[in-house]
Amino acid sequence: MLGLTRNDNRLLLFVVGLTMLAPFLLNPFPEGSAMAQFNAGYPDLMQRFVIFGIFAIGFNILFGLTGYLSFGHAAFLGIGSYAGVWMMKLLTMNVIPAILVSVIVAGLLSLIIGYISLRRSGIYFSILTLAFAQMCYSLAYSVFTPVTGGETGLQLSLNDPRIIGTAVTDSGNIPPPNLFGIAMRDGFEWQVGDWLFTFNAGYYLAAVVMLIAFYISIRIFRSPFGMMLRAVKSNQQRLDYTGLNIKPYTLAAFVISGMYAGLAGGLMVAMDPLAGAERMLWTASGEVVLMTILGGAGTLIGPVLGAGMIKYFENIFSKINETILHQWFAFLPDGLEDAVVFMIYPFIGKGWHLTLGIMFMLVVIFLPGGLVEGGQRVGRLFRKRKPDATSDASQTKPAE
Amino acid sequence: MDAIFLQILNGLDKGSAYALIALGLTLIFGTLGVVNFAHGALFMLGAFCAVTLNRILTISSTSIDPTRTDFLGNPMQVQTPYVEKWFGTEFGASLIEWSVPLAILFSIPIMAFVGLAMERGLIKHFYKRPHADQILVTFGLAIVIQEIVKYFYGANPIPTPAPDVFKGSFDFGVLIGYEANTILYPYWRLIYFSFAAAVICAVFAFLQFTTFGMVVRAGMADRETVGLLGIDIDRRFTIMFAIAAVVAGLAGVMYTPILSPNYHMGMDFLVLSFVVVVVGGMGSLPGAVAAGFLLGILESFASKAEVIAILPGINQVIIYVIAIFILLMRPRGLMGRKGVMET
Repeated sequence: MLGLTRNDNRLLLFVVGLTMLAPFLLNPFPEGSAMAQFNAGYPDLMQRFVIFGIFAIGFNILFGLTGYLSFGHAAFLGIGSYAGVWMMKLLTMNVIPAILVSVIVAGLLSLIIGYISLRRSGIYFSILTLAFAQMCYSLAYSVFTPVTGGETGLQLSLNDPRIIGTAVTDSGNIPPPNLFGIAMRDGFEWQVGDWLFTFNAGYYLAAVVMLIAFYISIRIFRSPFGMMLRAVKSNQQRLDYTGLNIKPYTLAAFVISGMYAGLAGGLMVAMDPLAGAERMLWTASGEVVLMTILGGAGTLIGPVLGAGMIKYFENIFSKINETILHQWFAFLPDGLEDAVVFMIYPFIGKGWHLTLGIMFMLVVIFLPGGLVEGGQRVGRLFRKRKPDATSDASQTKPAE
Repeated sequence: MDAIFLQILNGLDKGSAYALIALGLTLIFGTLGVVNFAHGALFMLGAFCAVTLNRILTISSTSIDPTRTDFLGNPMQVQTPYVEKWFGTEFGASLIEWSVPLAILFSIPIMAFVGLAMERGLIKHFYKRPHADQILVTFGLAIVIQEIVKYFYGANPIPTPAPDVFKGSFDFGVLIGYEANTILYPYWRLIYFSFAAAVICAVFAFLQFTTFGMVVRAGMADRETVGLLGIDIDRRFTIMFAIAAVVAGLAGVMYTPILSPNYHMGMDFLVLSFVVVVVGGMGSLPGAVAAGFLLGILESFASKAEVIAILPGINQVIIYVIAIFILLMRPRGLMGRKGVMET
């Protein structure tokens, strides 16, 4: 199917199932129960899952395949957002032009930055991309304030021309972002017993875009082009000696991943039409690095998992406060309860970044392949139990 | 002309901070070959050493003063720091006032310990891993350190004033023949600059004139051979790491009166310090120091109103623009050694 191998097909179907059924999967607990706060099935968060999933997939095409660690990818996401909002201000509230233009603009910017940065490799490349991203951020805050809105950010207003679409709705409001009339915030809720499932138009648009992005990334991974990128990662010197010019390949990878970031920025705008410079800050670039590494750099599904995990923790863990903790551990004796809460409290709620940092360090130290490798190891552990004898026999033993 | 002097002076204090952090980064990179993204966090830890010492000194006992009343008419509660009780009011008060300079002594053992723990506990295992892994793990460590500090000290900047003696400004213009009040320079910044210069000289002297320093320099040039000579070079490099941590910490301690410490100040400085290291040349100690001062001064020139009028926004990006140019035109930086991380 679609020119994929059987395994890749299964992976793609798995991701299709995951995204399409997300409103059910992420809402496993009934409304009003104590566990309801772990439900992540509300549109805002689901949209963020898939949008950051796209961002991380794109980053993985660069970092996972070529090994070039960019610390400035947020710049492309930021400029994509700005371009998207401008399309909505000037042209129409339909999201299609906004998304397309943000991809193109981000692609152009990444072409420029990539062309310069890729003249160096290793840590210099990281620092160059970091410097460029910080430059974009500073410029967005200062000189380009007329274009970017500076500190307040770029917002829609009633005075925008919107040549193709309607500038103002009949009721005098700014029209919502829509896809040929379907507003992004539209959706319907389905009540089953105690469960409330929300199906949101914006989420499904983003999910479909993510599936396409994921499919393209599978094709890139399996293509000769992807092989070439992997060769860059494993031994660039040898590749140079064969007389190949690797620059076009790495540049193409950089631009593709920049366009993915722009796509994510455009989708972000489509869901919520505003853009701010803080999206370009280098901590935002660091976040996508965290997502990719945590999930597993160089694997197909890893970045998506990493993005989902970090966004889930960010939104769900950070909501847990001390009172909720006390409720959970109320069954313990008083002194012990306080002690347990005291021990756990620094790691969740406002301190979830600490958990993230520790988790990230552990992954880098012990599991360079990220969660995917962790999963594989666990899987191997279970599989090894039964056919122990066969694996022993197949191993070649060193001669004595 | 006086304007030029003023800008140079203004650039010196920030430049000193860049130079100190970049010096530490280069020391670590030159000895251990590790790219330390957590170095900014060490700078921040140093600043919080000063805050902590200030807090320790101001731990107070509460007593009720029957002679005075608060606005409700109740007897007023008076907070007396223990140091004032123990050492007399005057000496105790001056101890508190001088908490920032005192924190230098306080922070050295702490930073040395942090540095040793970091190197032995974490970085040691990353010598052989690729640079990307080193960047990532130290980046994670920086997040962890930041969050721990944030947990204990909150997210807001904590003002930590310098002693009153240094509150005023030094009239630098008079010294070189200008009218009074044309070139004013706050005393503390002058002290910061002299302090930074002293620390830098001390580090260089240590490397240049002691046997230990000689061995370390030999190890930087050829680690393997030094190891073959039967010298435990790893142990010395670990100590160098601790020294680099102390240098970053001292830079942080003394910077507190200039910028109230908050938990992410380290990251802000780190990005710029990396740029400084790259401009100076990876692995070159004099290059790091020179580039630190150079970029600090250039930044201060770029923020002049006249310059901004010609090139709007240049003050925000000057450092990055220079870094990009240097990296592309002269890959090994201003004073980089040939062959050290040139690609």
